[in-house]
Amino acid sequence: MEHYLMNLTLKVWRQKNNQAKGKLETYQVKDISSEMSFLEMFDVLNEQLIVEGKEPIAFDHDCREGICGMCSMYINGQAHGPWQQNTTCQLHMRAFKDGDTIVVEPWRSGAFPVVKDLVVDRSSFDRIIQAGGFISVNTGNAVDANAMPIDKKDADNAFMAAACIGCGACVATCKNGSAMLFVGAKVSQLALLPQGAPERESRVLNMVAQMDKEGFGNCTNTYACEAECPKGISVANIARLNSEFLLAGLSTEEK
Amino acid sequence: MALDAKIPQGEMDKKWNDYKGHVKLVNPANKRKLEVIVVGTGLAGASAAASLGELGYKVKAFCFQDSPRRAHSIAAQGGINAAKNYQNDGDSVFRLFYDTVKGGDYRAREANVHRLAEVSTAIIDQCVAQGVPFAREYGGLLSNRSFGGTQVQRTFYAAGQTGQQLLLGAYSALERQVALGNVTMYARHEMLDVVTIEGKARGIIARDLTTGKLERHFGHAVLLCTGGYGNVFYLSTNAMGSNVTAAWKAHKKGAYFGNPCFTQIHPTCIPVSGDHQSKLTLMSESLRNDGRIWVPKQKGDNRKPADIPETERDYYLERRYPAFGNLVPRDVASRAAKERCDEGYGVGTTKMAVYLDFKDAIMRYGKIEAGKAGILNSTDQEIFKLGKQVVEEKYGNLFEMYEKITGENPYEMAMRIYPAVHYTMGGLWVDYELQTTVPGLYALGEANFSDHGANRLGASALMQGLADGYFVIPYTLGNYLADDIRTTSISTDHPAFVETEKQVSDRIDRLMNIKGKQTVESFHKRLGKIMWDNCGMARNAEGLKQSIQQIQQLKAEFWSDVRIPGEANEFNTELDKAGRVADFIELGELMCIDALNRNESCGGHFREESQTEDGEAKRDDEQYSYVSAWELKGEGNWELHKEALNFEIVKPTQRSYK
Repeated sequence: MEHYLMNLTLKVWRQKNNQAKGKLETYQVKDISSEMSFLEMFDVLNEQLIVEGKEPIAFDHDCREGICGMCSMYINGQAHGPWQQNTTCQLHMRAFKDGDTIVVEPWRSGAFPVVKDLVVDRSSFDRIIQAGGFISVNTGNAVDANAMPIDKKDADNAFMAAACIGCGACVATCKNGSAMLFVGAKVSQLALLPQGAPERESRVLNMVAQMDKEGFGNCTNTYACEAECPKGISVANIARLNSEFLLAGLSTEEK
Repeated sequence: MALDAKIPQGEMDKKWNDYKGHVKLVNPANKRKLEVIVVGTGLAGASAAASLGELGYKVKAFCFQDSPRRAHSIAAQGGINAAKNYQNDGDSVFRLFYDTVKGGDYRAREANVHRLAEVSTAIIDQCVAQGVPFAREYGGLLSNRSFGGTQVQRTFYAAGQTGQQLLLGAYSALERQVALGNVTMYARHEMLDVVTIEGKARGIIARDLTTGKLERHFGHAVLLCTGGYGNVFYLSTNAMGSNVTAAWKAHKKGAYFGNPCFTQIHPTCIPVSGDHQSKLTLMSESLRNDGRIWVPKQKGDNRKPADIPETERDYYLERRYPAFGNLVPRDVASRAAKERCDEGYGVGTTKMAVYLDFKDAIMRYGKIEAGKAGILNSTDQEIFKLGKQVVEEKYGNLFEMYEKITGENPYEMAMRIYPAVHYTMGGLWVDYELQTTVPGLYALGEANFSDHGANRLGASALMQGLADGYFVIPYTLGNYLADDIRTTSISTDHPAFVETEKQVSDRIDRLMNIKGKQTVESFHKRLGKIMWDNCGMARNAEGLKQSIQQIQQLKAEFWSDVRIPGEANEFNTELDKAGRVADFIELGELMCIDALNRNESCGGHFREESQTEDGEAKRDDEQYSYVSAWELKGEGNWELHKEALNFEIVKPTQRSYK
């Protein structure tokens, strides 16, 4: 693929800490290669800032191969930037052209408070998992793995839901700051598998209760979450979450 | 101190059972009073913390990421081995044991490897019970695939995201224990030292990476599950944050470092594209099941791969190793790629790449699918379309990743690949119980040196991480803690905690006060280049001696000219990185010293002075059949201890995959 160099203007959200007031700062970067990843472009900018005696921009990132879910930039008004089904770390500079201005903000949601610059606190997701995103099986309790055949279709669907990387793009994208796609993905994965059956009802009720407690908004079916999800998690999982929630609510009342 | 690996007596296949039958136990009431620190929440750490929490210990778990679910185990793609023999193709615990010892080029400890093979089957059971969605066949049973270095199908997988699914399983078990109050989780925390009292590990000093505050944490025992140190090479497939710091601090507190120079260079990674490169991305080894590796027969052939006719291609692995072909172990495949590129047959703009081609596999699958559907006389295009669907189901996410990074479509154009640093077999020396040479200090998973010898077979890292965490440490730790039930919690006001915290804080001050000119990143890059050039796939004494000097100079320069902006008492990623790079520099020196000492070609390492007439690696069992365990005696001064390796079952032979 033909590669090219570009000069860019960046407007980046800077915020010293959780208490401080933030604002967009403008930076120029030169001779950025189209073969670089977006975060490598940020590396270049940060190196430049350090040499100039300024503070580099804090941003979360780790694996840089689109699977750990740590990177989280809101680029030109889109979670993870312009490419479909893609994380920030896998976005490459060939998505941009010479002279472009790029606006970079952190995830915006009340349930994800800013830690510094582009870094946010997503521990609310961990607490939702703690509320029920598991199957209660202590080490050593398991039967032979092939003792329970599972319909390939169910297994495949469970896998597709389980592919969620917990990045929070769905929340950042949603106008309501809803975490329904994240919660729906985990509830679906475990509801589709027979191993998840014993805790099926309590799981969905507890996870939804925790989700509400953390201050995430409700779903109004705009499907923006699915459109921006880097792993293409389907909104069908939200439908399943709703149906699981309803059924669990009805049957627990009976008990 | 003489090294005692504490290998149980008895026959190889009975050792672990006998050990479990006689190991000391801790009763439930006492477990509640015993505190355990687990550093790192990858497969080893999360599984250990969860399992120990389930047993009733009071566990504190630490990770430097914002959530335990981010640990780099998550990026493992291909699969996890287990001796289930579900495919009825002749697999067994013995075969897995045998393949792993042989694959490790006879530099692993037999008893550990046998135990690993034994518990492998329980891992799959446990993961399935947790809801890990492994790939399945239409009958609803689990699917397997083959991996490099073996002739059976024993690898369980979840598309190209096996590590993610296993880690999320362990993470959910961990979070369940957090909810139950058995585990306290400290995310965005980095361990910066081990606290020892009367020779035993009794806690850690950790830094809260959000506030910069130092914290003291007591534990009756400390478990390091902190992964490997591949980032010493700057460019590797590791995550940006992966580091050696926890293990290195343990080393400085008396834990011996085992086989530091044993690094795995993985054959199938996306090649470097330029100086801006911050990391390398692996393309799972499972691709070698279907992809064929080749270079043009003619040097400097600049045609597109599709334009080079069959007769002008050199499928060099199939040519050199007909028995295993493209499925030779990683070390063999990597060296062969390097050899072709060094000879001038490389492809792509940098000429440091070879092709991994799926055309034949797509057509082969396409014909099968056409047959199944009863489509006769189908065109090549139709067959290609059908075959593409099969390949997409198997490797879709990998192909997508490749296209995002390179901008090329691997269904249409052969992938370009080149070896890259991927895994470190070396690590903290541990005995059979996973205890380091510091009592009460344990190392699990990639952080220890134990199971993979000089070369790790594919799909074995996930197996080892989970074996250590789920099924080994719950027993071996109890054996230690059973004698510690009378030790009540030690106050973190104890002088040892105060003193250690002061050392940590002094070092941070020293780093912050250098106020030099060069960035942390620039030092890391320079270190990486020294290591890759002289301590990578091929080494020689001359180069290693030079690199030791270069690293010493780099260290002096770092400590006098590094620039760290900001303050110590705030969120400061440059400071975090500076501490890690400082430790990598010291480790780099030890790796070169170890490599210099090991004058043999072994596993991933080609020592140029030790080769056969036809240029294959030559191992030297007579002189080097030992684990190198290095003890730090003072700055830049190490003493070598040797743990002799005795092979009772798998008698060493020169490996042949021909």
